Amino acid sequence: MKEPYDGPILEIDDLSISFFTRLREIPAVMDFSVKVQPGEAVGLVGESGCGKSTVALGVMRDLGRNGRIVGGTVKFKGRDMSSLSADELRHIRGNEIAMIYQEPMASLNPAMRIGQQLTEVPMLHEGISETQARARALEVVADVKLPDPERILKSYPHQLSGGQQQRIVIAMALMSKPALLILDEPTTALDVTVEASIVELVKDLGRKYGTSMLFISHNLGLVLETCDRICVMYSGEAVERGSIEDVFDTMQHPYTQALFRSIPLPSADKNARPLVAIPGNFPLPHERPQGCNFGPRCDYFEAGRCDAGHIPMFDVPGNERHASRCVKFAEIDWTAPPAIGETHSKGEIGKVILRMDSLKKYYEVAANALFGGQKKVVKANETLTFEARESETLAIVGESGCGKSTFAKVLMGLETATDGEILLDGRNIEQIPIESRDTKTIADVQMVFQNPFDTLNPSMTVGRQIIRALEIFGVGQSEAERRSRMLELLDLVKLPREFANRMPRQLSGGQKQRVGIARAFAGDARIVVADEPVSALDVSVQAAVTDLLMEIQREHRTTLLFISHDLSIVRYLSDRVMVMYLGHVVELGQTAQVFAPPYHPYTEALLSAVPIADTSINKKHIVLEGDVPSAMNPPPGCPFQTRCRWKERVPGTLCETEVPPMRQLAEGHQVKCHLSAEEFASMEPVIEMRTADA
Amino acid sequence: MGLFILRRLGVMLLTTLCLTFVVFWLTNLQPNLEKLAKTQGNMRMTDEQVTSWLETRGYARPALVKYGEWLGVVPGWRYDAPDGSVQARCLTEGASIETAPRYCGILQGEWGYSTVFREDVSKIIGIRLGLTAKLMFWVMVLMVPSALILGVLAGMREGSRTDRTLSTISITTTATPEYVSGVILIAVFASSAVGLKWFKGTATSAMEDANFGNFFLPVLTIALYGMGYIARMTRASMAEVMTAQYIRTARLKGVSFRDIVMKHALRNALIAPFTVIMLQFPWLLNGVVIVETLFNYKGFGWTLVQAAGNNDIELLLGVSVVSVIVVLVTQLISDIGYVYLNPRISVS
Repeated sequence: MKEPYDGPILEIDDLSISFFTRLREIPAVMDFSVKVQPGEAVGLVGESGCGKSTVALGVMRDLGRNGRIVGGTVKFKGRDMSSLSADELRHIRGNEIAMIYQEPMASLNPAMRIGQQLTEVPMLHEGISETQARARALEVVADVKLPDPERILKSYPHQLSGGQQQRIVIAMALMSKPALLILDEPTTALDVTVEASIVELVKDLGRKYGTSMLFISHNLGLVLETCDRICVMYSGEAVERGSIEDVFDTMQHPYTQALFRSIPLPSADKNARPLVAIPGNFPLPHERPQGCNFGPRCDYFEAGRCDAGHIPMFDVPGNERHASRCVKFAEIDWTAPPAIGETHSKGEIGKVILRMDSLKKYYEVAANALFGGQKKVVKANETLTFEARESETLAIVGESGCGKSTFAKVLMGLETATDGEILLDGRNIEQIPIESRDTKTIADVQMVFQNPFDTLNPSMTVGRQIIRALEIFGVGQSEAERRSRMLELLDLVKLPREFANRMPRQLSGGQKQRVGIARAFAGDARIVVADEPVSALDVSVQAAVTDLLMEIQREHRTTLLFISHDLSIVRYLSDRVMVMYLGHVVELGQTAQVFAPPYHPYTEALLSAVPIADTSINKKHIVLEGDVPSAMNPPPGCPFQTRCRWKERVPGTLCETEVPPMRQLAEGHQVKCHLSAEEFASMEPVIEMRTADA
Repeated sequence: MGLFILRRLGVMLLTTLCLTFVVFWLTNLQPNLEKLAKTQGNMRMTDEQVTSWLETRGYARPALVKYGEWLGVVPGWRYDAPDGSVQARCLTEGASIETAPRYCGILQGEWGYSTVFREDVSKIIGIRLGLTAKLMFWVMVLMVPSALILGVLAGMREGSRTDRTLSTISITTTATPEYVSGVILIAVFASSAVGLKWFKGTATSAMEDANFGNFFLPVLTIALYGMGYIARMTRASMAEVMTAQYIRTARLKGVSFRDIVMKHALRNALIAPFTVIMLQFPWLLNGVVIVETLFNYKGFGWTLVQAAGNNDIELLLGVSVVSVIVVLVTQLISDIGYVYLNPRISVS
């Protein structure tokens, strides 16, 4: 069925794709070229809207009714894809080119059993019998390291966890042993430790089956870990193409450089070496500038040259597989260190404002909402004890389901605590729901939400929404006073004053998040809970929003509780870090203490799981087995014992039977673990900077 | 699952009690009773005569007690007249007061006596319900498959010419109430106005011997109305499913369009319309009232009209009880079917 072929698996040459709306033609991808050799993994990196997924769908020729390939060719194993008939195309899809998608839950059919969805592929393409296909499915499910394949084949997608679902999607893609695998942000919807195991799996399977891969991602670190070559895209064009080492270490395009300077690498520091945000916004497809698309945001922009006309890809001299779309790449001194922006002195940390003492939050979940039945208790937060000081950034880190959002809800008063105390300036607030809190308390404790797209009222102007917050907090005597305060708040978050009359839909994601921040600070909040405030934003915008939060904090001496799963950003901006797992605080300490050994075994795994976009970093690979246990049915003893790699070093069955006590390892550094002091001392760092001579 | 059904049955019983009490209370309002006395007794009764008529027949007592009697959980009333004769709720023609049972209500199988038809309510309902069931059965046989086919065909390629044509048809049929479509159908296919005398304009003969000629028009009239609605729901659901990511997965697996529709989309697309189809049963009862009257088919709906028009309290009550049970049972079936179609819902 599949003919042997030894040229490049996929050759995309000057591909242009446009979408046609009633108003205009919107070019989504322009002059895009890339080659994928057999067994090679090519990363496609760029921010959302840059056209990387469109390239993938263009390869599959599945662009919907509005999309059309308007120029260039896509050759798969030397055959031009556009010359294929519908039947030939169907034969290639799923059989020779398979795809793995971003959201595993949505890409599996909810009403079909897993087995049926898997066996369909070879039955369709190879015409084998159902029993043969089933045997193949069992084999592949075992290959993607899922336990109990028989049971998995009989389940429906909703009965599996997110990580297991993504493994099934991968298994489905491998059922017919395709020559090319397209992965479209395969781990974006997953937790970091699950992401690490999926990445590991994809790499292993790629090696085992010799599959070529096109790996689409916005995460540079992930591409570094998985790919051999990389292609950076910006606004519909490839701007730089080359091997991982070429692009990461000797980049030849200003956008690539700016991208690397805006992500928090371990060497960045919020005071001494702050991130450099890329100024301006991503251009909309119909508002692209003349000449270089990155021109208006580029530090090296030269009027008359960069905006003169179409810019082709130039080969970098001496390296024919490295190319850049920049007219000035030969003139720019790429080794020059970034101009250090403002550096700041470290903020003075003040007195304790917020104190939590053995805070507990349990939910009772009835088996049946209407008639009761056996009640189950979900222990969302278990004995949380910590304090937060004025002008301090305390990061709360953990994967989904660890109880970090529940904690935020209890603090905000959206839920009341089951037990324990929350003291705000020495006053107990844990039992006061938000409806009965006084205006001062509400204004003092505010929140910045994860998704700026959903948290602004779509039918109210930006200014109105901020004024509404001011009214609720009782700021200002008259409408005019509140209006001028609102304008000041817009200045504070660095939005132009004209934005007051705009509707949220006219704003970009980063701008919306700025409005969210302005609203949180409307009543001079003293404690701001930032729940993943930048995770929904693009990389180049993240740095700017993070910077803004830091700056406001310095000026207002705000206490920032920064909830995140992204350890890179946590390391960059927080003073202290609290690591949570299944409702328990497993480690708490100064940032430097948490990021250096001795670690709690979970922190160690978490650190190892986070991909870092720096080739000079050596990382130990620790892959956690299985998924986070359900909070409905937590394991006995230590919550982490089911996945802990250090467990056997603890004598007896201590881990299975007893919840470890909180132990003081150093001044201000606490760990909840049974390991002995000697074992802790023997721990090695997970992340090491490779020295230049090594 | 068994426990779930048992609980649902409990809730159903409670709902039935509440709803029948409302109907009972409304039909037993004082003005209604006075009207009853006058139609049953004498149109020229004085107010005193009305009061005593109501008293001797047990109507002049609290509604709750009367409701209890009707249900059969409270002993039936007994009236000892000054002249020594005895009247009682449970006293039937020719029986003596000593042998009469103490309780006689719905629970004892005593549904009462219809004043219009001069017959036992239970007997009337049994016959009429059978006739309507026959009508409904054929309506469903015609309506459900054609609606689903229409909806799936329209929804699988949203915005195409097929979609627009079929959508226009279904909007037209839903927007035309039975009393309009029925009249038009009779005028076109059964009268000499157009001259196509293919079918009969009356379904009276279909009560004994239904055939295509005398039964098709009433069935079609009801089916058309419900069909458009179900087809619209199916179309919307199908169109949504066709844009789902798992359909893209299937497409990029190389599944052919026919198999995508049949194997991947259909089951997911039918989850929403299934509830709607079940909800159509109560709606159909509505249509039945109009169509049965229009085609003079003496079924359940026709009986309801007669009972309401003639202030036949016991018959009206009986009809309501049966309607309530029909509605609730279809809801139960719909819930169970939903669980079967949608594996994400589990009741254990």
